[in-house]
Amino acid sequence: MTLLIKNGLVIDPANNRSEILDILLIGKKIIKVAKGIGDDVGEIIDARDRIILPGLVDMHVHLREPGREDKETIQTGTLAALKGGITSVLAMPNTFPPPDSVESVSLVKSIIKKTAQANVYICGAITKGRLGRELADIAVLKKEGVLAISDDGSSIDSDALMFSVFKNAKNEDILVICHSEDKVLSNSGVVNLGLTSTRMGLRGISSESEYKRVKRDIELAEKIGARVHIAHVSCKESVAIIREAKKRGAKVTSETAPHYFALTEEDVLGYDTNKKMNPPLRGRDDVAAIKQGLSDGTIDAIASDHAPHTENEKDIEFERSEFGVIGLETELSAAITELVGNRILDWAGIVRRMSLNPAKILGIDRGTLSEGAVADIVIVDPKKEWRVIKEEFVSKSRNCAFLGKKLKGVVEYTICAGKVVYASASTDKEHYRA
Amino acid sequence: MWTRKDLLGLEELSKEELELILSTAESFKEVSTREIKKVPALRGKTVVNLFYEPSTRTRVSFEVAAKRLSADVINIAVESSSVKKGETLVDTGSNIEALKADIIVVRHNSSGAAAMLARHLNISVVNAGDGWHEHPTQALLDIFTLKEKLGHISGLKVSIVGDIAHSRVARSNIWGLTKLGASVTVCAPKLLIPPAIEQMGAKVAYDIDEALSSADAVNVLRMQFERDSEAAFPQQLEYFKDFGITSERLKKAKKDIILMHPGPINRGIEIESSVADGTNSVILEQVTNGIAVRMAVLFLVAQANDKSQSVKDSES
Repeated sequence: MTLLIKNGLVIDPANNRSEILDILLIGKKIIKVAKGIGDDVGEIIDARDRIILPGLVDMHVHLREPGREDKETIQTGTLAALKGGITSVLAMPNTFPPPDSVESVSLVKSIIKKTAQANVYICGAITKGRLGRELADIAVLKKEGVLAISDDGSSIDSDALMFSVFKNAKNEDILVICHSEDKVLSNSGVVNLGLTSTRMGLRGISSESEYKRVKRDIELAEKIGARVHIAHVSCKESVAIIREAKKRGAKVTSETAPHYFALTEEDVLGYDTNKKMNPPLRGRDDVAAIKQGLSDGTIDAIASDHAPHTENEKDIEFERSEFGVIGLETELSAAITELVGNRILDWAGIVRRMSLNPAKILGIDRGTLSEGAVADIVIVDPKKEWRVIKEEFVSKSRNCAFLGKKLKGVVEYTICAGKVVYASASTDKEHYRA
Repeated sequence: MWTRKDLLGLEELSKEELELILSTAESFKEVSTREIKKVPALRGKTVVNLFYEPSTRTRVSFEVAAKRLSADVINIAVESSSVKKGETLVDTGSNIEALKADIIVVRHNSSGAAAMLARHLNISVVNAGDGWHEHPTQALLDIFTLKEKLGHISGLKVSIVGDIAHSRVARSNIWGLTKLGASVTVCAPKLLIPPAIEQMGAKVAYDIDEALSSADAVNVLRMQFERDSEAAFPQQLEYFKDFGITSERLKKAKKDIILMHPGPINRGIEIESSVADGTNSVILEQVTNGIAVRMAVLFLVAQANDKSQSVKDSES
């Protein structure tokens, strides 16, 4: 199939390009990126006043399958991703069973093969059963194709065990993703420790519980020379620690999620459980530090930490409610609204944080609009505003922190391997909206 | 003007709203002195006391208040309801709403529970204590009692002594008193002072004599030593020695210092028996005033909800 995208503002920092160009796709590939490509070929999308980005890469997504298909499946999660302009996701390992062996990874791979609507990469578990005790066979996991390993929500407490994790990871040249949290210090908390926890009469989660573990994880990785990626950075101290480590030359990368730069702890004061996540929404100075980290490159990536939950587990008493929010369908708009809108990042910066950098961190051939590259492309109407409402989610779950908010930027088309796999209702290409 | 269908806490109330509750309570106080202790203000209304935590004092006070307003009262305690079978709080609330009750008075061990019910229901919700968060009617009756004794709240110095970290009474008192112009000092062992409490407008004292020295009133909180999963909790005797309110300590305070306690009191643990029964104590007056304050709250929320319902009806 041949597809020509005409007159869009092409944002492709990998090739140092931000200009109005045409893009010609044939089959699965980008064939040509140039001005005034003749329009006597196949289907045409008029992208005037639109922005063209490489398909986004979200490196922190909980697809819940296998095990909790009532919350999300690989199919519904990837459909939600496409609506959000995301063409590649890294599936986190807190599934049942977790991907900790040949059998469990094969199971995920077979579901992906049958049902995934976007590229799904697998993050393997570090320990068997994600129990933090016995290492999984990391060489085997790597052979099975997992791109990274993580015990996800369960940070490994033992320094000795973590040391051997990094040793193994270094041998296998595989990335370790850390949910850095000292659960003794976070003390069963549910909101940010300080005025917010005091006002709400809830247990607090200190920043210390995060940044002390961030520091430990980086220092252990550094000793060995392993690659470490810090997930969902939320507080100013973590940003500073990562910045210093990068200066020293540590092989550390990091991500944050949209709620950590677009919302503050004050948003949780009404006990809205859709504002409950771990780490929690933090103070204004933390949010400022996250934005600074995004702007100066300390924080490499934006990832949703998409964490679907059923209403039964989410819309209940605050303390009992599950942690986490969905984000695939809102993250690009949240980033446009908050970061482009406030001149924290330009469009090339958005592509770096949401496509190019995560692709590099994971070592996948995505994140660019180079001629010859796989044609994963998003076409965005950058000015159009929309309100986030429950009824419009493609995800199986609705626990979104941005519910009710007005956001800027609408994904009009998502193209995956040369094929239009999503077209918004505002486009005239009805035949893509099956 | 009172427009709220719910009373969830004192944090969100304005000074004017607080004053309106207090003045409404003043006019209801007289009802309890009549031979026939009843007015028809809530006749035909149904009040449901939904209590997920054991409470005699608050539940009975709400019940008496509702009955003196001629409302019908139903009490649901956690043990006797379907809650234990796993029904959610909101489902229970919706069922009560479907029974055409008008007001739910809810006590729950989870902070924010009252707010959650209020969000889901059209009928009024009155918070009778949620977790460590707020206990607005307790603070209102404390403030009402203080005002009755001293004539005003503005400019008063009030100390709150006890487990501030886990106390909804302390939080509601801090919001209410500071909005009305009083200065509040909280006093407890360091580990029982929650972080950033100063930003709520309270001063912190770790020394009981300091907290008592210039106070016009002291509110003594019940120490819940049964909460022993918290390593932070001091031993009973040690606490009494360092923070207990004794006649010896009161000698150094203002002579006419007002002594309050939300009850039930632990004699010899947070307060010396003779002090609890002494001339400074207003503990039983607090109980009496609790009825007037709760009558005012039930009356105001019911009236506001009636008004908003009739507006909705006329619009549809």
